[in-house]
Amino acid sequence: MLPYHLRTLAGVDGEISLDAQERPTQRTVLDALEATYPVLRGTIRDHGTAERRDFIRFFACRRDITLDPADDPLPEEVASGAEPLKVVAAMAGG
Amino acid sequence: MSGVRLLVGTRKGAFVLTSDGTRDDWNVEGPLFAGWEMYHLNASPADPDRLYASQSTGWHGQVMQRSDDGGKTWETVGNEFAYDGVPGTHQWYDGTQHPWEFARVWHLEPSLTDPDTVFAGVEDAALFRSVDAGKTWQELSGLRDHETGPQWQPGAGGLCLHTILIHPDDPQRMFVAISAAGAFRTDDGGETWRPINRGLRSGELPDEDREVGHCVHRIAMNPSRPDVLFMQKHWDMMRSDDAGESWHAVSGNLPSDFGFPIAVHPHEPDTVYVVPIKSDSEHVPPDAKLRVYRSRTGGNEWEALTNGLPQSHCYVNVLRDAMSVDSLDPGGVYFGTTGGQVYASPDGGDKWTAIVRDLPSVLSVEAQTLP
Repeated sequence: MLPYHLRTLAGVDGEISLDAQERPTQRTVLDALEATYPVLRGTIRDHGTAERRDFIRFFACRRDITLDPADDPLPEEVASGAEPLKVVAAMAGG
Repeated sequence: MSGVRLLVGTRKGAFVLTSDGTRDDWNVEGPLFAGWEMYHLNASPADPDRLYASQSTGWHGQVMQRSDDGGKTWETVGNEFAYDGVPGTHQWYDGTQHPWEFARVWHLEPSLTDPDTVFAGVEDAALFRSVDAGKTWQELSGLRDHETGPQWQPGAGGLCLHTILIHPDDPQRMFVAISAAGAFRTDDGGETWRPINRGLRSGELPDEDREVGHCVHRIAMNPSRPDVLFMQKHWDMMRSDDAGESWHAVSGNLPSDFGFPIAVHPHEPDTVYVVPIKSDSEHVPPDAKLRVYRSRTGGNEWEALTNGLPQSHCYVNVLRDAMSVDSLDPGGVYFGTTGGQVYASPDGGDKWTAIVRDLPSVLSVEAQTLP
């Protein structure tokens, strides 16, 4: 599930389904996302370092998994498609 | 009849304003890329349908857009701006060394002759070039690798390369300006660069006339006389008659010689426009009166242009990329404000009209003269 600006940029509505290997991780999901939607390259992770951009977080199964290792398996519910991996942009006030 | 297309970048999207050659009635389209900061949009002089746009947010970084049909449709193009080699460091606000980090594209300058070639001035200050219509970008690292690079220090707005001027008769010669490093020139197509800041004096520097460190806000030229340059510096209106080899002050009777944009009339190379701003820190028009100042003598003697502009309770600013001229006859002048107004004067500044009043804060205005 992508934040508004990235859905607009990618030209998608709602949730996106991706094929990200049998035991998907943050890294393989983001790799698959960027391969499917190249316009998103650089908008979630830095081009050169592949580090997460500062104001992006990842939620899954009601848990903030942003700081989990990028190669750790995602929860089974996400792997099965029962729950989404949420890419979240930080709230901004004003 | 020919016409004008204004490409307006704002804090919350882009707008395209079009009119026929009379420039009396305007059509306003937008916002495009709603919610994104649009630092600059610009058109290719070689192909009026080819447009480039810089789109960014703090969340998602830099995105680049290209249109091949005059802005009707847009295509996302390459957004990877990788510094050449080991980036090294520049001076930080506190005087320590800080790694070069790409933040955003401030200014786009398409080639005068090739629609697929476009230059991008970025923060942290560097110059990039694309020769494939924006798909890929390569740094012209001879600029940032200049021996003074580690001395460059950001101004309050960041260490940004905001001005790119291409010499119309000699494509090997270009001028750029960086806040707060100064002005630089190449005579070999961007391979090597040298500072061109002789004559600049900046009270913010311990050594007021040092080679680099000057907060140049904008440089402008008239293409018919490309070695005469006009500069709006943090303080001081400056002029060079020798392609930047030396500068002298032409602030004259301006009520404030601080400001951001500067433009030269399209047909009168000694007619120059600035918007004086009260500073330091306030950055609003003096006496709360929005006045464009025009010199018809290449500086020193300035007249206030007020017809149609608010002359009370006005506290907007006009940013460095937010003033532009068309090339119709008579020449038109345009500017946008941080209050969201875009003003037009189709008679060279004598009378102004607000085309639109309540846009998001305007970052840039580029006037494209249509055939």
